[in-house]
Amino acid sequence: MGRTLMKGNEAMALAAIRGGCTHFFGYPITPQNEIPELFARELPKAGGLFLQAESEIAAVNMLYGSAAAGARAMTSSSSPGLALMQEGISMLAATEIPCVIVNVMRGGPGLGTIQPAQSDYFQMTRGGGNGDYRIISLAPATVQESAEMMQKAFDLSHKYRTPVFLVSDGMLGQMMEPVEFLIPPSTKPAGDQSWVLSGHQGRRPPRTIKSLRLDPAMLENHNLKLQGKYSRITRRESQFESYRADDAELLFCAFGSAARIVKNSVDDLRQNGRRAGLIRPMTLWPFPFPAFRVLPEKCKSLVCVEMSCGQMVDDVRLAAGGRVPVHFYGRCGGVIPEPAELSEYAEELIVGGAV
Amino acid sequence: MSVIFKKTAGLTETDTHYCPGCTHGVAHRLVGEVLEELGLLGDTIGCASVGCSIFSYNYFNVDMIECSHGRAPAVATGIKRTVPGKTVFTYQGDGDLAAIGTAEIVHAAHRGEHITVIFVNNAIYGMTGGQMAPTTLSGQKATTAPTGRNAELSGMPLKMSEMIAEVPGATYVERVSLHHPKYIRKAKKAILRGFTYQLQNRGFSMVELLSTCPTGWGLAPVAALEWLGNNMIPYYPLGVLKAPEEV
Amino acid sequence: MADRRGIPHIAVERCKGCGLCVSVCPEAVLSIDESRVNLKGYYPVTVESGESCIGCLSCALICPDVTFTIELLDDR
Repeated sequence: MGRTLMKGNEAMALAAIRGGCTHFFGYPITPQNEIPELFARELPKAGGLFLQAESEIAAVNMLYGSAAAGARAMTSSSSPGLALMQEGISMLAATEIPCVIVNVMRGGPGLGTIQPAQSDYFQMTRGGGNGDYRIISLAPATVQESAEMMQKAFDLSHKYRTPVFLVSDGMLGQMMEPVEFLIPPSTKPAGDQSWVLSGHQGRRPPRTIKSLRLDPAMLENHNLKLQGKYSRITRRESQFESYRADDAELLFCAFGSAARIVKNSVDDLRQNGRRAGLIRPMTLWPFPFPAFRVLPEKCKSLVCVEMSCGQMVDDVRLAAGGRVPVHFYGRCGGVIPEPAELSEYAEELIVGGAV
Repeated sequence: MSVIFKKTAGLTETDTHYCPGCTHGVAHRLVGEVLEELGLLGDTIGCASVGCSIFSYNYFNVDMIECSHGRAPAVATGIKRTVPGKTVFTYQGDGDLAAIGTAEIVHAAHRGEHITVIFVNNAIYGMTGGQMAPTTLSGQKATTAPTGRNAELSGMPLKMSEMIAEVPGATYVERVSLHHPKYIRKAKKAILRGFTYQLQNRGFSMVELLSTCPTGWGLAPVAALEWLGNNMIPYYPLGVLKAPEEV
Repeated sequence: MADRRGIPHIAVERCKGCGLCVSVCPEAVLSIDESRVNLKGYYPVTVESGESCIGCLSCALICPDVTFTIELLDDR
């Protein structure tokens, strides 16, 4: 299969099937409908099952049951749908069930809009469900990367027995780009199966998947075990792309769709003799703090660009640790910033002496 | 000499946490006995719900999964659609199934999921301390209906079995009671029938068990049996609400 | 049928003393033993007049705690 032109949403769905996904449960919501539609067409042909649920709440609980019974299963939705799924996501994290959940983000709060936004950064990195838990959040910036990260998402979910978010948005999901499926289809079984519900066959004690632990000491132990896993993930799995950053005086930080736009601004600024660069987090959680450990020698300021009113900027400020000022530029409500306005904003900072 | 009754292998050795005289324990035993008699203990996955039944995973000798409040039918759907060869059941109370989980139960029935639902209706929220449920009888006192259920404020009690029987995807719906040995025998037959339909891939089955809550009702255990017979059965009539025509 | 004889066995430590069995026994075989307390802290059920048991299983059927094992005495 060579390079094919397709939408980000379609690429994610096809990559999931190639990644060994056998069960999909979902509920319609714009702008992610190409995903369930493709699964409805293609998954039965691959011997899998597509089932449309009566709500996002039901979908995430079907996902829970299916993955608990050993399937490579996933769901997808968009921002308000993800909000509805939080109860189930907290359960999936608590019970350590591997699965993949796609969020094709749209503007909020509330029903907001169907236009692209990145205002679910908090929802994708801080939880939304109850309790102390973390979810790996992968953030692609191209259709090609959407496909690659989808396949990777399943492997990560099984490696750590955790749900994994794939964080796209209405722009990435709807845009068409050439994509090539470079990672071979996954055939490997999902490692340790000792937790899977399969019926005891009279050969072992009955197995229970549960989150309830009324004894505080037991629940604390369970939490500490989860935190240990989250530390391992934080140490090993954070990822970022560094773009023309080595000698940057002004260093942008942006992810996903916003990062694509920032790249153009970086090029524009460079043409005008401004030394600009970009750090692009590819994992939102764990946030790539190592990318900021040593800032470029001449870096005078960081500019966080988001399609939101400023959420990731909290992490960027933590990463900067007060060494350089952190500025924020955001558009929200479904408005996509243009490269020119970002360049203009950067020029103003430079002229104003901030950089 | 022959043993004509003994504890089923369908139950674990764990003593239940249920209050003295609560007929939840009878419901557990019947499900355990049926699964044992059908030879299904090694091939069954049960879905525990939220409420007094939450610890049912400690009592059934089968693989179990804990489900969020009301979501057991959706979880059961995911399991059955993944391992169709396994027997899958939910064990839900009336707070779980008739209030927070109405969407999930209706749509699992609607899709004709090949699962068996054990619905324990005791007309009250037991675990949380005796609050009003959708199934609480008109005039019945509860901690959140201190002067008794007022139909003008809270509506009349919901008849879930009648409702589910109307859903085209439901194959078998029967309401039985646990308040007397004679009725308990019938209840077991209904549970057996529910699981048998699942084994035959004949679709969605639900057995509603009228059950007591002596603590929540503020009655002694024996008085609770009588209260069930005198008050619940007239409003929740027993019998088969839907069943396939036998050939 | 009149000769049908049952022998009820009680797992005393499982009993929660609810008395449902006592209330449904047609032959008044059972009673609550208030002279002792089991490990759970309840007055357990006891066999008061075992010779009257007809093995009808009513007690076993109504018992929420699977306290009973019933044997049938073959009467030849």
